[in-house]
Order: sequence, then C-alpha cells, then structure tokens
Amino acid sequence: MRDKRLTFKKRLHILKHHYRGKKMAPAFNAFHTFLFSPNDTTHSGGHVRAADDLKRTMNTVIMALIPILVFSFFNTGYQHYAAIDAANGIPRTLDLFGNFFTWENFWLGFVQVLPLVIVSYGVGLLIEFIFAVIKGHEVEEGYLVTGMLVPLIVPVDTPLWMLAVAVVFGVVIGKEVFGGTGMNILNPALTIRAFLFFAYPTWMSGDKVWVHGAVDRAGTADAISGETILGYLAQNNASEYAYSTSDMFFGFIPGSVGETSAFLCLLGGLFLIFSKIASWRIMVSAVIGSLVMGLIFNGVVDAGIIGETSKFYGLMSFDFWKHLIVGGLAFGIVYMATDPVTGSQTNRGKWIYGFLIGFISVMIRVFNPAYPEGVFLAILLMNVFAPTIDHYVIRGNIKRRMKRMKNASVFAGPGEGKEEELKVETA
Amino acid sequence: MALLSKKDTNLILDPLADNNPITIQVLGICSALAITAELQASLVMALSVIFVLGVGNVVISLMRNIIPSKIRIIVQLVVIATLVIIVDQVLKAFAYELSKTLSVFVGLIITNCIIMGRFEAFALGNNVWRSFLDGIGNALGYGVILIIVGFFRELLGSGTLFGIKVLGDPVTKTGLYATGYENNGFMIIPPAALIVVGIIIWVQRSKNRTLIEEN
Repeated sequence: MRDKRLTFKKRLHILKHHYRGKKMAPAFNAFHTFLFSPNDTTHSGGHVRAADDLKRTMNTVIMALIPILVFSFFNTGYQHYAAIDAANGIPRTLDLFGNFFTWENFWLGFVQVLPLVIVSYGVGLLIEFIFAVIKGHEVEEGYLVTGMLVPLIVPVDTPLWMLAVAVVFGVVIGKEVFGGTGMNILNPALTIRAFLFFAYPTWMSGDKVWVHGAVDRAGTADAISGETILGYLAQNNASEYAYSTSDMFFGFIPGSVGETSAFLCLLGGLFLIFSKIASWRIMVSAVIGSLVMGLIFNGVVDAGIIGETSKFYGLMSFDFWKHLIVGGLAFGIVYMATDPVTGSQTNRGKWIYGFLIGFISVMIRVFNPAYPEGVFLAILLMNVFAPTIDHYVIRGNIKRRMKRMKNASVFAGPGEGKEEELKVETA
Repeated sequence: MALLSKKDTNLILDPLADNNPITIQVLGICSALAITAELQASLVMALSVIFVLGVGNVVISLMRNIIPSKIRIIVQLVVIATLVIIVDQVLKAFAYELSKTLSVFVGLIITNCIIMGRFEAFALGNNVWRSFLDGIGNALGYGVILIIVGFFRELLGSGTLFGIKVLGDPVTKTGLYATGYENNGFMIIPPAALIVVGIIIWVQRSKNRTLIEEN
C-alpha cells in the first residue's frame, strides 16, 4: 500500500531509484532535478556549493519571459479586434484598462498562443527525451528556454504542424547533431525560426500573418490588415500606420507573438543583467551597433543621396532610435543574442559580436525589400562567427602578453624558454 | 556468381555502402547539392556519370601502359572532356528541356572529383575488366545518393516525384493539401541537399560504427 504521508519529492525519488540503470532512468531523473535541487551536490570538502545549476539559470530566463508571454495574450486579442474596427472604419484609441487589458483580449490571445507554447514544449521535450534515452545520458535542460522563446518569435497564426516540423528540425539539426546542449553552434530557437521562414515563407512574412485572423479573412468582405510598421515602411507608406512612438515602445503594435513590447524586453533585460544570467556587454554593444547603422542611414537621407522616390526611403528615413522599438530587435538583443552557448565568450569578443548583431540587423532590415526584418538572420550569422571572433581575441591577448614578457625578460633571465612554448601554442 | 568473382563483386558493392564516394569520401558534393531538387535531374545526372566513369575507366585502363606519367592528368582530362561532350550533346538532342535544367552541371562533370579520383587511384593500375567494374560501382554509389537526395527534396519540396503530383494538387487543394499541408520551400534550395546528405551520413555511421573516424 502506498504511504499517504510520502511527499511528492520522496515518491519521485523512489521512482528514480526503481528505474536506476534502466533505459528510462534519464527521464525520471530529469523530472526530479527539474522540480527539486540536483541530487548529486557535494556535501563536504573545499567545494563551492552553488544552487544555480543549469536548470536554475534556465528558469531565471523563463521568469524573465513570463511577463512578455502574458502581455502577448492581451496584445494578440487587442490587435485582432483593433484590425476589425479599422476595417469597419471605426476609430479606436488605446485605453489601457478600457480596451487593452480586457478579459476578451486575454481569452482570444490565450486560446491562440497557448497551443503554440504547448506544441513547442511537447515536441521539443519529446525529442530531447528520445535522444537522452538513445544516448543513455541525462536529459539536457537546453530546451527549457528554447521552448518558451519559439512561440514568442513566430506569427500568431502559424499552423501548429508547421511549428512541430520546425521544432523537430531545429532541435535535431540545430542542436543534437552537434552533441546536444552546450555544443550547438546556432541558437536552436532561431534555427527553428529560420527553418520556418525558408520553408513556409507565406506564413512567415507578408502583410497578413501578423494579426490573428487576417489570413483566414483575406479576400472576404471581413478582410483585415495584418501589416507591421516595418512592412509599411518597406513600401514607403509611412503615413498609413497610426501608431505613436509610445505604442511602439510599450508594444501595442502588430508583430510576432512576443516581440512587440520593447518596454518589457527592457525590463527583462535589466532583470537578466542584475541576476547575472545574460551579458550586459552584448546587449549594450548591440544597441550601439543598431543606433550607429540607423544614424548612417539617416545621414544618407539627410545628405540627399537617397530621394523620396527610392524604395529604401521609408526605412532609411525612419528615426534611427526607433529601430530599437519596432520589430524583433529588442527581443532579439535581450533574449537571443545573449545566449551564452552560441555567443562570444571573451569580453572583448562580446563587444564585437553584439555590435555587429545590431549593425547587421538594421542593415538587413533596410536593404532586404522582401523581408523587412533581419534580426534572426543577423544573430545566426554572428553565431557562426562567434568562435572566430573569440579565436582572434585570444590570439591578440597572447601576443600582447608575449610582448610584455619579452620586455620583462630583459631583467629576468630564465623566462626565455616560455616564449617558444607560447609560440607553439598560438600556431 | 560465375561472371564475377568475389573480389570483383566487391568492386561494385563497396562503393554502394561502406566506401561510398559521397558519404564516406565526401567527393562530388557540388553536383549533389546543385541538381538534386528534382528526381529526374538526379537520375539523368547519375546515368551520365555512370556512362562517363564506366567508359572513362576502360579507356584509361587500356592506355595505362602508354601514358607518360608526367602528362597523365592532361590525358585524363581529355578523356573525361570527350565523354562529357558526348553526354551533353546527346542530352541536347534528345532531352532538351532536361539539359536546360542541368545547365552547366553536365559540363561540370569534368570537374567531378570522383571521376579523376578513380582514374588516378584505380584505372591507372588495374586491368580493363576490373577498372570497368570499379567505374560502374563508384558511379552507382554516387547515383544512389543523388537519387535518395532527389527523392526527398522533390517529394517534400514540390510534392511531386518525376513531375507526378503524388501528394495531390497544391493549387486546387486536393489529396494531402486538403488537410492544410504545404510544400516545404526549404527543401528546394541547395542548402537542404547539404542537410539531407548530412543525415544520410549520420544514419550510415550510426549503423556501421567502424566508419566513425578516431579523433
């Protein structure tokens, strides 16, 4: 008979022991350590005993994402009803507690977004479990954050089967083939996003997919617009959207599920910086990079090189700092670029890596007429280059130190052998 | 088998599996990426390479004792180029549309490293019959991979096989498309071939672990 007084933890513990050494052991162990502290911590000796293992790190990022997820529920609903009003010619002004934080908006967004979250986690974790059982190692925690990021960076009406296919591709090809969590070159969430974009472009770009219902209603009498601000700008129709700067900053605009609110990304970013999970160097340098590129484009327009008839005019004349508050740039910088596995590891490398992400993101935005958003491409590109950047930063470091040692060895005689050693190491 | 001794059979069968030119030696990747978006093009490319490599190996093997080794590369190139031009002209005469799809890649068979590799490594040092078998075997090994890649890329990318709509019509929404299925545009672009070849290599090495290199 099962003892009622056994705690849930104790029962999991018994279950885990029961399966020890069997094929399914990693699965039970994963649940146990996800919910409770890791089972093999050190108890004595001169070790640092820290509670923040990988799972705790991941949980912190998820905590930073929860406000964005909740906001996305409201915004999905709000954008849907706002687009219907706009199509019927009813003027609508945003009233935070009058027509934004309403039960109606929340419920619509909840029903639309939650299935994306469930499919993302269900499929992704299933793959992780299968690989853990095949390889016979512990289940890796890598998917916890990816699984939450994925639904936030896709358009709200993405068909669930497409998301499932993309998640399988992203986790297997983006991560498991390289050896699993911590070994991947590319950010798995962005691999999933890139796969979706190249495989099913009609569902990932255009002027329909960004507001719930716009695809289904296309061509009918109830048609509504699902265009984003960047989409309007890319067509030189800057005057057609009616979003104020504060709308953009707080995120009351159409876009991918969770990317719209730069404000919440800022809060999440600060939280991650203060909890020392994410690198502030990458965030700051990425912001600088995008501002620099934006300024260059503004300068080009001010100098009169690009006229109003140019197809780049709309995006180039867009105020440089506004690039940060529309589209996925803020979200990408805070949650994607700072991925500790795929980003640069050295401090100087992080500055270069972040700067180029911001710089290239805005460049792709302006110059790719088919797709006025380039954050995911920029981050994936820099993911590929991150090891190279680190390599040269370390090389530079070694060179500098060798120089210093050379100067020092004038005074201290027996240091000369080291020079050759270092040379061998750098070669 | 009476016709083929065990050793000769291995000349044909080895390149099909454990010594495959694409998945093990990683040669001929360029054309494997470029022309495998359709099954038909893959098949024609495979047949062309079977012809060029089979005949070429025989020719080189016949001449192996009279080719001065200093200019052997040039001689090999002349042989390949001649054969490739024959293939190209035949395609242009009898399958013009297809030859347009394959475009420069027929001509680029000349640069296919598998062919030069077999000339150098085998035909120059073996008799005619064995060289012929080796040429056919390696070209088959190349062709098999091309056809596997072409099968998946065409089926998933366009929903067709040899141009036949096996999954239904995507425009009128019949068959599988009625359920909301859509073609995967990613499979049509060349990087997808790289990933499919990679998956084949992965599957092959996990089935036969002796193929995995020591680090």
